[in-house]
Amino acid sequence: MAAQRANGKQRLILAGAGLLVASVAIYAAFRLFAPPPPEMDTAYNTVSRDGLYQVMFEPETQPVPLNETHDWVVVITTPEGAAVEDAQISIDGGMPDHGHGLPTEPEASENPGEGRYRVEGMRFNMGGHWEIRIGIDAEPGLDEAVFNLDL
Amino acid sequence: MGMARRLFVSFALGGLVALAGCDSSELSEDEKAKIASLSIDALGPLPPSPGNRFADHPRAAAFGQLLFFEEGLSGEGNVSCATCHMPDLQFQDGLPRGVAVGESDRRTMPLAGTGWNVWQFWDGRRDSLWSQALTPLEDQREHAGNRTAFAHYIAATYPDGYAEVFGALPVLDGLPANASPLGNEAERAAWAAMGEDERDAVNRVFANLGKAIGAFERTLHPPETRFDRFARAVAAGEVAKGDAAFSDLEQEGLRLFIGKANCLECHNGPRFTDDHFHNTGVPPVAGLPDDLGRAKGMADVLADPFNCLGPYSDAAPEACEALRFMQRDAAVMERAYKTPSLRGAASRPPYMHAGQINTLDGVIDHYSTAPEAVSGESEIRGVVFTDRGRRALIAFLKTLDVEPLSGPPGRSP
Repeated sequence: MAAQRANGKQRLILAGAGLLVASVAIYAAFRLFAPPPPEMDTAYNTVSRDGLYQVMFEPETQPVPLNETHDWVVVITTPEGAAVEDAQISIDGGMPDHGHGLPTEPEASENPGEGRYRVEGMRFNMGGHWEIRIGIDAEPGLDEAVFNLDL
Repeated sequence: MGMARRLFVSFALGGLVALAGCDSSELSEDEKAKIASLSIDALGPLPPSPGNRFADHPRAAAFGQLLFFEEGLSGEGNVSCATCHMPDLQFQDGLPRGVAVGESDRRTMPLAGTGWNVWQFWDGRRDSLWSQALTPLEDQREHAGNRTAFAHYIAATYPDGYAEVFGALPVLDGLPANASPLGNEAERAAWAAMGEDERDAVNRVFANLGKAIGAFERTLHPPETRFDRFARAVAAGEVAKGDAAFSDLEQEGLRLFIGKANCLECHNGPRFTDDHFHNTGVPPVAGLPDDLGRAKGMADVLADPFNCLGPYSDAAPEACEALRFMQRDAAVMERAYKTPSLRGAASRPPYMHAGQINTLDGVIDHYSTAPEAVSGESEIRGVVFTDRGRRALIAFLKTLDVEPLSGPPGRSP
């Protein structure tokens, strides 16, 4: 009886292991044959967390390059579309899945008007999911816009 | 990442790796794109070296080649750059740590393709080839020389070669035979006793030696490999033929490299490096001074008078992108070291920044076990390899090997 129960337990474990292997195999097959993800839209546009700003960025070269230091132009307006000038901009970000930040410390260098800000020193050193956080401090208040990039 | 999640990822990846090891289906479009991104054909033109206006002058490169092999540029007249950067060994020495006058703390790096680097040295403590070349000249374990002695030596040995590139040498009469801000006590005292103009004149000659050597090193490009010929055929939609054809094992290894083994996270692009620094938990060598890697390198490069923003650089400040936008968080960069290129690595043991690991098998063991870092945090997540997966990865790395040079560059251009 005891031997039978042990046998049953073993079978259960075996079945469980088999199921695990099968599900890993099915997932792997799915990943292998799934079509590549669609091209990402390179015109990025979002509303900041607290809704104070509409924020858009344009990379200097498209698509966003890997292992090349390049500039972005960030355009900041109010939700009503009025250009936001003289904002203090901070750039931060990283790869949430890998737990590391950006390989550089980008800086907003000039504000030529119309809510446009040149951000220098952008660099991405590996493919995958990156998060970019743009901190904005201007007349309407302090807020942050978050962009997700898949490189 | 929490330990439980790390373990789960490791096991999940292990399962996938084991599967991928038996897969020999056609390459997907995504895989083809990744292969193309690693090919030598994707290597852009040599980037400018804004701090060195002689960087692409053939005469500067020829003079630099002469200096590279010149043992007179050392304290005892017996060490040249080629002592450790041996031309017939991919310009490295095959030793765990370079040996010249004494033994250094770091593995000698190969030189092909270094003109594309953003940072030089394992810790990126220099931001150009020309400023890198100056550092070993005054390191007491390497050339053990000093800059005033070098200026006198050039004046005595190569006054015309120097003048042809850089213009006439300054008047050095009356300057001490040995003086440097980095030398022994007597040399430092002699340096301090020199006038500011005299120190500046010697620094300028010293910087120009680096600029000539840098110009020569920029001519050392990574050679085409079997992998590149395979990648070219893949890009053209053709079946790779002859030595470009990959065996099943090599193709499986390539698939692991660009996929489940996560190598591409850091070893990406045609030089197989992301030009950045990573803590991968490589254990320090017992008996060596504590080595914080990039955390110290970033302070060193900022303090270097020969950096891109310094008085001996030819760059406009805005051209010094690497330095201006440098990641400066020392805590994040603790024990982080530069991702080395993998071109030619298979025949270039030992591995890691101080030659800690003797074989590629040992390297794979390291990435499988993913040990915790002594300090700072290791970025690597353990990947479980099957025996075949392990052999496949090594077989692929061998396709990146470089054929022995037919005739190593000699003393004269």
